[in-house]
Amino acid sequence: MLRKLALTALISAIASQSAADTHPEIEDLTLGFIKLTDMAPLAIAYEKGYFEDEGLFVTLEAQANWKVLLDGVIDGNLHGAHMLAGQPLAATIGFGTKAHIVTPFVFDLNGNATTVSNEVWELMRPAIPSDADGKPVHPISAEALRPALEAFAAQGRPFNLGMVFPVSTHNFEQRYWLAAGGIHPGYYSPDNSAGQIGAEVLLSVTPPPQMPATLEAGTISGYTVGEPWNQQAVAMGIGVPVATDLDIFPMRAEKVLGLRADFVEANPNTVKALTRALIRAAMWLDAEDNANRSEAVQIISSPGYVGADPVVLANSMTGTFEYEKGDIRPVPDFNVFFRYQANYPFTSDAVWYLTQMRRWGQIPEAQTDKWYAETAQSVFLPELYLEAAQSLVDDGLAPAEAFPFGSDGYRAEPSRAIDALPFDGRSPNAYIDSLPIGLKGDQRVIGNEVQG
Amino acid sequence: MSAIDPATFPDRAARRARLFTTINRLDGWFQVLGLSFVTPLLRALAGDNPAAQMKHIWRLLGVPLLAIALFLALWATLAPRVVTSLGAIPGPGQVWEQALVLHSDHVAERSKAAEFQLRQDARNAELVAAGQADRVRERAYTGSPTYYAQIWTSVQTVFFGFLIATAIAVPLGILAGLSPTANAALNPLIQIFKPVSPLAWLPIVTMVVSAVYVTQDGVFSKSFLTSAITVTLCSLWPTLINTSLGVASIDRDLISVSRVLQLNTWTKITRLVLPSALPLIFTGLRLSLGVGWMVLIAAEMLAQNPGLGKFIWDEFQNGSSSSLARIMVAVFTIGIIGFILDRLMFALQSLFTFSNNR
Repeated sequence: MLRKLALTALISAIASQSAADTHPEIEDLTLGFIKLTDMAPLAIAYEKGYFEDEGLFVTLEAQANWKVLLDGVIDGNLHGAHMLAGQPLAATIGFGTKAHIVTPFVFDLNGNATTVSNEVWELMRPAIPSDADGKPVHPISAEALRPALEAFAAQGRPFNLGMVFPVSTHNFEQRYWLAAGGIHPGYYSPDNSAGQIGAEVLLSVTPPPQMPATLEAGTISGYTVGEPWNQQAVAMGIGVPVATDLDIFPMRAEKVLGLRADFVEANPNTVKALTRALIRAAMWLDAEDNANRSEAVQIISSPGYVGADPVVLANSMTGTFEYEKGDIRPVPDFNVFFRYQANYPFTSDAVWYLTQMRRWGQIPEAQTDKWYAETAQSVFLPELYLEAAQSLVDDGLAPAEAFPFGSDGYRAEPSRAIDALPFDGRSPNAYIDSLPIGLKGDQRVIGNEVQG
Repeated sequence: MSAIDPATFPDRAARRARLFTTINRLDGWFQVLGLSFVTPLLRALAGDNPAAQMKHIWRLLGVPLLAIALFLALWATLAPRVVTSLGAIPGPGQVWEQALVLHSDHVAERSKAAEFQLRQDARNAELVAAGQADRVRERAYTGSPTYYAQIWTSVQTVFFGFLIATAIAVPLGILAGLSPTANAALNPLIQIFKPVSPLAWLPIVTMVVSAVYVTQDGVFSKSFLTSAITVTLCSLWPTLINTSLGVASIDRDLISVSRVLQLNTWTKITRLVLPSALPLIFTGLRLSLGVGWMVLIAAEMLAQNPGLGKFIWDEFQNGSSSSLARIMVAVFTIGIIGFILDRLMFALQSLFTFSNNR
């Protein structure tokens, strides 16, 4: 309590400091997004007038892919964007592109799934236990994939899987799922950014909308992607989702608001206004047990936003998920926009992403626990989030108990990962060493070999 | 003419004669505009041997219409048989329906824009009342661009890129045509760069524009410049090649005359070279504009720069059940605009040149 008071005092001190001019420094903003259901807070903040309430005039622009979006933010064509949580972290440490990108706001938790082709599903199914109704028991372990791998190997065919970006949640999630089932997804090294060194299955980048078509063509045998592209495969009858991220590693920051650090520094009022508008949109999306979700589906089905058919969008947005055709199960937390402190940029979430980058060689050398914490804290900025939240509480627009004032940035609840391994964001190195497959300790990938 | 006795109606005969001369004069223009079927139609209306005119009308209007009808019928029957992951390929009916939807989207967006304007006015009035007149700003509507806005963006971009290309290609072409040395220097470069795809230029142009054009609030947006310069790089070549060809193939006698008259270079170029090379230069320009239009759509698709290309890519990404029909609306729009652009250039060419090269 004392701590909470101290923090509140600090925040009001900051607030009074800038009280001289609280107007946004930049009022006209262009924000980028990718056509996925979790861009919803942006659409809602625009359509419900939250941006204008905050004195911001925002133009939302759909981007072709994650790389174009990241470059847009870095070169200033976009003031900010709906980013994969791993993107600001990777950019800041210089994997791929080097630029200091930060985030004051997390869009959502969860929202992805892994789908395999019908052919693979048939090979997998015998190894999966059935429940009383004859339906497969979830969560499904990647071990069930083993017969499919062997069948492909016997025919001399490579086993290809798709994901959307090298530092995407999807890549890490798919790798996590595979490794938990004893299948090696391959390493990255400084000289080889394909991520297929020593791989039993070959993961490669496919843009989200092309996933179903690529699966249908047989170029890939499965993929991990956000919605609506898993439900689309079910609707088309070409694949079966086998695991959602709730099964694999639940409750982790999925998309974040990515802003350039120098932009945040130069425009604190703009960033605060932007964060306030997005918090209000997120609250609206989760209000009264998702009562507004069907309206949200209508809004984002407009071609200017996600544009997919409302029926397909509604599948995952309204608390259910269809696995095999007709196997519809309740997944109330598939998309979480506000509850469970979803918007707070937890240091521990950032550390988790960094551990996965280290695990697969995207971070080529061992780092200290302190490095993980400091890197995470230089990118995920909860103080900005809490400042905006506090001002909403002060204005009577949000209840104080909705926000984790006083949190130290490390999630309290235990990890519910598919391999049941505990994750403690405070000791990332111990966690990395506990993972069954992946780089440990001082190991490095040199050429095609793991050394050390 | 002989059907009517000129002695009885001298006035009328003269009027008719004048009318037919007018129709014949207009015929040239109708042909330029791709409306050649209008001439026999007018003639028939004016009373000129209807049977003979009907034959022309049938060939110039009936046959094309029949071909279009046949195409539509084939499309309508064959399309539903191809089932894609987004449903069956849409037939003409669904495409037309989506064209109407796009129009009503435009109307809806306009009314949202009007509301935005009202809110902005209220806001500005409040600011003035609060004594903060310096913070008043008039800003354009921030909503998503409508289909018509996308078309307009693309047309502006292609003309901007094309004008830059012309400004570069015509002087260079004249140089290459006049001087064999310059031609020898330029030729290998032309040969190498001509076949390069816009998609190869785009990343380079994007990076260079980002590096060179650093201002955020310049006259042009970066995306506009990127698209336009990509158009320039790809549409340069036909004009360049045709200009140099046109200049190089000037009648030798004319060159000799210019030597005898001791014309200076400038006079030689403006009085002699340009007029005789103009037909070929215009042929090059027509080709260039056509190439530019094709390139622009590809560039917009890849770079997500505003315009019709972005519209198509967005719809492809949307993957809704109406996406394919909307993409087809765009395909027809692109085709029709391309046709109009070509006719425009052809009309310009007819204005400026009087040779039989039309």
